Amino acid sequence: MVNIIWASMAIIGIFYAMINGTMDEVNKALFESAEEAVTISIGLISVMVFWLGIMKVAEKAGILRRLTKLFRPAVAKLFPEIPKDHPAMGYILSNFTANIFGLGNAATPMGLKAMEQMKQLSGTDTASRSMITFLALNTSGLTIIPTTVIAIRMHYHSVSPTEIVGTTIVATIMSSLGAIIVDRIFYHRSIRRE
Amino acid sequence: MAVMTTISTWLIPCFIMLVLIVATYKRVQTYEVFVEGGKEGIKMAFSILPFLVGMIVSIGILRASGALEAFINMLTPFLSMIGVPADIVPLALIRPISGTAALSITTELISANGPDSFIGRLASTMQGSTDTTLYILTIYFGAVGIKKMRYALKVGLIADLIGIIASIVIVTIIFG
Repeated sequence: MVNIIWASMAIIGIFYAMINGTMDEVNKALFESAEEAVTISIGLISVMVFWLGIMKVAEKAGILRRLTKLFRPAVAKLFPEIPKDHPAMGYILSNFTANIFGLGNAATPMGLKAMEQMKQLSGTDTASRSMITFLALNTSGLTIIPTTVIAIRMHYHSVSPTEIVGTTIVATIMSSLGAIIVDRIFYHRSIRRE
Repeated sequence: MAVMTTISTWLIPCFIMLVLIVATYKRVQTYEVFVEGGKEGIKMAFSILPFLVGMIVSIGILRASGALEAFINMLTPFLSMIGVPADIVPLALIRPISGTAALSITTELISANGPDSFIGRLASTMQGSTDTTLYILTIYFGAVGIKKMRYALKVGLIADLIGIIASIVIVTIIFG
């Protein structure tokens, strides 16, 4: 699926450029995009090193276990595959917390760590049920404070930069609930097929 | 609202302080453990790189050629018929595909229409309430070597659609 999407985007783009006469722009975009991607990765290094370092200390100090115990009742139902005291749970919760408070760059390292732990549980190169649930929730936003958007609104002198927080929360809740429901539907369908 | 902003500002420093106090009290070799965790971070950031380059270049080609714009222009009349404001169509379509592109469209819409206009508020809500599905799937699955995604992409995109529809409905009701 992803292979097809990835290849199609490039093929359609290049083909369209032939008709449209935008080959120059495509050439420019090739190298600029690659550079942008590397810039993003390099930007991630600092955050990843710092957060994974801190989280490792938190794990050793038993804080992740505490956090897991505290919120497990709420989240356990979403991830029936993950054993009670597994570290994956701690990282999933850390990722959700970071997302909810609009700390996007702290959320990514925790999320990757969570995926790593879930992969240890499943041990295959096929996405497990809990991974998909986790990503579905991540892609649906989870934000309570859209920090970036508020900053842009301030920049353009909004009378009330934060007035969209309410609507954002409601829309996020809708898409998160939608994500959970759709995820469950697809999961049960895939079970039936097998 | 001020409370939320304060929480956001205080959360990280306080969390770090708490971790270090508890760890020191429990006789954890804090600095050494931090470095150990950090090394994993370097590995992870580098392992994501090729996935990111591949995806961003592919999207870049699609945008630079003008194909994406043509596609959006084709869809706009249909979406306008079902009540989606024409101005917001590009954002709604790009939001799940490319984070940087979506952010630049949001910024553009806010600067052109004003942050307190209907379009400005709708763009703000849409930008904040969904995330870049394609990017998240690419790096998260890529980093841990998942090759078969199963139904992950479908679920992610349907959730985006729900978020986009919800944004339009809610902003219309509240700010109309």
